[in-house]
Amino acid sequence: MSVTKKFVYINRKAPYGTVYALESLEVVLIGAAFEQEVQLVFVDDGVYQLTKGQSTEGVGMKNFSKTYAALGDYDVNQIYVDEQSLKERGLSMDDLQALTYEDEDDDWAEKSSMQLVNREQLAALIGDADVLLNF
Amino acid sequence: MKFAIQINEGPFTHQAADTAYQFTKAALENGHEIFRVFFYHDGVNNGTMYGVPPVDDRNVSALWSELAEKHDLDLVVCVAAAQRRGIMDADEAKRHGKGASNIAPKFRISGLGQLIEAGIQADRLLVFGD
Repeated sequence: MSVTKKFVYINRKAPYGTVYALESLEVVLIGAAFEQEVQLVFVDDGVYQLTKGQSTEGVGMKNFSKTYAALGDYDVNQIYVDEQSLKERGLSMDDLQALTYEDEDDDWAEKSSMQLVNREQLAALIGDADVLLNF
Repeated sequence: MKFAIQINEGPFTHQAADTAYQFTKAALENGHEIFRVFFYHDGVNNGTMYGVPPVDDRNVSALWSELAEKHDLDLVVCVAAAQRRGIMDADEAKRHGKGASNIAPKFRISGLGQLIEAGIQADRLLVFGD
């Protein structure tokens, strides 16, 4: 399979309450094996997926938030967070997990996978996608 | 054009599977190709053979089976999502020690790689659901 396409995953929903976030992450992890260009976008309540210190004991749900930290090992290192969504929810990047990857072209230096984007940049990013998966 | 279809909602609660069905049917009737229909999230529930809606209502699962029969469609139910929700073919049922399978005719169970492959191979991937 020699075709390389740009897969953009739009994560719009809170991590719990519905299954979309968990099952989106499963697609991303499986999809990583296909050597396509992958970008993840967190927008609307989707920004809650990346918040630090999630605890699900009280609601009896599986806490899958630690899985996001593994994305870098799967070469998924283009992660975009919508600035306006954070602001609307009284959040900042400090409230989110710091997702990183090791850059093989730079002596495996640890670098941030995350980038804050505004709505204009987000629109451009979506316009540039070959395959858009909404969750 | 070559389309791939992803369906994220089950039958009846949401209209997504109906809309996807109408789109798929219209696309085929207009000479387009459907590379694959992939059922994910609650969409896997479209793959049950045990739905018995009232006779004056449509049977979404049966409509898919009929359309697949007519056009040799590839209807794929995600295995991970299906296991959670109890949609099984004979092999899966046996492996998990369940009494019987419930997958509808012309549906098959496979992995998420089939969705990614559909995204790569098709000209357009259309996602139906919330």
